[in-house]
Amino acid sequence: MSIYNPPAGWFKAPAGVERLWVGLALTWCIIMSIAMPYWHFYGKQNPTGESYKVSVQEYGQRVAEFVKDNQVGDEGGIPIVEIPPGGDGYLLARMWSFYPIIKLKQGQTYRLHLSSSDLQHGFSLQPLNMNFQVLPGYDHVLTITPTSSGIFPIICNEFCGIGHHAMTGRIIVE
Amino acid sequence: MSERDPDNKHPLEKLMDNPWLLLVLGVVIPTVSYTVWGWIELLALPPATLP
Amino acid sequence: MASAVESLPVSGNHQPSEVRTCETTSLPVCLTAQQFIRWHAVVAVVFLLIGGIGALLLGLTRWPAVHLLDAQWYYRILTLHGLNMLIFWILSFEIAVLYFAGTVLLNTRLASKKAAWACFVLMVVGGIMVDIAIMNGKSDVLMTSYVPLKASPDFYLGIILVAVGTLIGVINYLATIYIAKRDHTYEGAVPLVVFGATAAAIIAVVTVLHGAVVMIPTFLWSMGWIENVDPAWYRITWWGLGHMSQQVNVCAMVSIWYLLATLTVGAKPLNQAVCRTAFVLYILFINLASAHHLLVDPGVGPGWKIWNTSYAMYLAVLASIIHGFTVPASVEAGMRAKGFTRGLFGWLAAAPWSNPGFSGFFLSLIIFGFGGGITGVVLGTQQINIMAHNTLRIPGHFHVTVVGGTTLAFMALTYYVVPLIFQRDFYAKALCRIQPYVFGGGITLFALGMSFAGSYGVPRRHWDVEFTGSQLAMGFDSGAYTMLGVMGIGALVAVTGLFMFILLVVAAVFVGPKIAGQAMEPWHEERQAPADAAAVDEDEHHTPGTLVLAGVFLLTFAVYYFANWKWLSDVWEVR
Repeated sequence: MSIYNPPAGWFKAPAGVERLWVGLALTWCIIMSIAMPYWHFYGKQNPTGESYKVSVQEYGQRVAEFVKDNQVGDEGGIPIVEIPPGGDGYLLARMWSFYPIIKLKQGQTYRLHLSSSDLQHGFSLQPLNMNFQVLPGYDHVLTITPTSSGIFPIICNEFCGIGHHAMTGRIIVE
Repeated sequence: MSERDPDNKHPLEKLMDNPWLLLVLGVVIPTVSYTVWGWIELLALPPATLP
Repeated sequence: MASAVESLPVSGNHQPSEVRTCETTSLPVCLTAQQFIRWHAVVAVVFLLIGGIGALLLGLTRWPAVHLLDAQWYYRILTLHGLNMLIFWILSFEIAVLYFAGTVLLNTRLASKKAAWACFVLMVVGGIMVDIAIMNGKSDVLMTSYVPLKASPDFYLGIILVAVGTLIGVINYLATIYIAKRDHTYEGAVPLVVFGATAAAIIAVVTVLHGAVVMIPTFLWSMGWIENVDPAWYRITWWGLGHMSQQVNVCAMVSIWYLLATLTVGAKPLNQAVCRTAFVLYILFINLASAHHLLVDPGVGPGWKIWNTSYAMYLAVLASIIHGFTVPASVEAGMRAKGFTRGLFGWLAAAPWSNPGFSGFFLSLIIFGFGGGITGVVLGTQQINIMAHNTLRIPGHFHVTVVGGTTLAFMALTYYVVPLIFQRDFYAKALCRIQPYVFGGGITLFALGMSFAGSYGVPRRHWDVEFTGSQLAMGFDSGAYTMLGVMGIGALVAVTGLFMFILLVVAAVFVGPKIAGQAMEPWHEERQAPADAAAVDEDEHHTPGTLVLAGVFLLTFAVYYFANWKWLSDVWEVR
């Protein structure tokens, strides 16, 4: 009875089905404990959180240079910028857009930097549904390899004020 | 676990009888493992070397 | 009702004028504690009502076919809903549970009446302050109030007051179990329910400490007295408040499962050492899981993420899987001991499903275990979180833990609190009997719709899935719309169950028939065991039905877990 003081001798080792169940549960927990480190070393999708401190001004300048040096097109006034394969690209999240449009090649690997110039934002790549956090003051680097091609919208999925729902961006993969 | 005399309790039973020790452990373990370690990671972050 | 003979201590430390003996359970009730249990419970239900009105408006906004509120009011009501439900309703009810477990079950008085007053006043004033700060339109920051998003100072101050009030209540509980031990009001170890409540109290202490560390500088920043609060530091520390407070709920809920299993069917835990070990594992390790919110964040590395998100190699998950077995096994053992021995599930079929205390408790157990437990571990897997962070999969998960689990368990307990502590009877008992099914069914449907919509990528905390006015157009697959519709219908059903609960409770508490001086009318008639049943089970470890149920659970868990790894392997490569 759970609402009364237990009778003397209540402290004993588990027996019978209960012992079996504790064993099964422990085994399952060990399997799950191995899975994450295993995937960290051998899996292809890991949010390692590689990041650096950066000021909003420095990061903004770097985005501007990146756009100036690598722009390949324009859509409705938003520059389309191609990252050289193996190189670094800079994406700026701000109220309420992702700037600029990024262009990539399938199968190439890139270092995609994310940061914000104002509030916290969420980088959510659709329809793949890959999600990463974007913070002002932090340069968050994703070493990313597109394995499919097409047009991939980015949406913001961290609340960032009244225009949050209209905050989008784009990655184009050829 | 089951074979013991009453004055010689199993350490786990002693821990269960001691809410104050549980309180200390319950505060210290997550504060060190989650909070303080997390803060240290932030402090140890290098500045970005934007090329 | 449970046989009350096991070991009722004799004297206690009450003044004779400060105690009554419960006519139903023969337990001694400290009148000061009873007064504060009543007040906290009433205030809890008021916060539940505010949050429930919010739930209705939000459900009708995120259902694209309705899309009721405008953007500003959507975020404002979302802020209101989160804080009133996740913090104010639950913490208020938990203080009532602590006062009950600490005094009644240990045959002691409440340690300090003054502290109980301070706790009550601070929690109520703080809660009202926050709600006013939200509704006057200057604090549309959502529950998490992530910096540099800024609310008005009274928003943060209100949260600080609630936290301080809670801490005083928890310290009063700890002082109560201290004086009970000092005054020898009981013999041997504390009852299992008290042990679980102590685990909840300990976790609440860590929670409130984190709340103070994060909220005080943020308050000063909102006053303009300090320059800057670092967003990553804020996230780490705030989740020490935000996630740990949900672990308080887990402990309180599991304790209530054991309590209701005893009150409704006379359940017998097979081995209390196992149940208590599971609570110890909660105390030591469950709070590391605040890292669940930071798995795709910058600032913290993979070692920190993997170690903390796994609760130190899943030791707190082990605890939950153990409770998931021991709780139904205690019911099965209790029922088999009464002669319900037919087949694997004869005990379950014969359980008092018309008793809202039992149905609410058992539905809470099933919904929490199959829904919340499995999704929680899977979404909290470091790499799988890439496909879940900030999508509707996250609120889909926590609406089956905190609502289908904790809130439903609290509702089930209320069907006993009102007659036993308020000493009032319910009206419309037929409605009481179906309320847990309406609420549990609605929230399950709601969470399924939400989770699947999240799998299509639909974000949480987002006003418009059409992205009206965006520079670069975006839209979701039509399947996402279907799932959001399922979610909307589920919300309507769940809110119906919620309003039923509030009406039934308010009617009973304020104008219900007084039953002071008499035993409560039982919620169900004791059934006779079938005459042809095998002899009463002597072996208390014979719980084959529970083993089968638990096996199905573990299998479901494994399938969902590995399916998610498979889906993850299909997205782009990233490090």
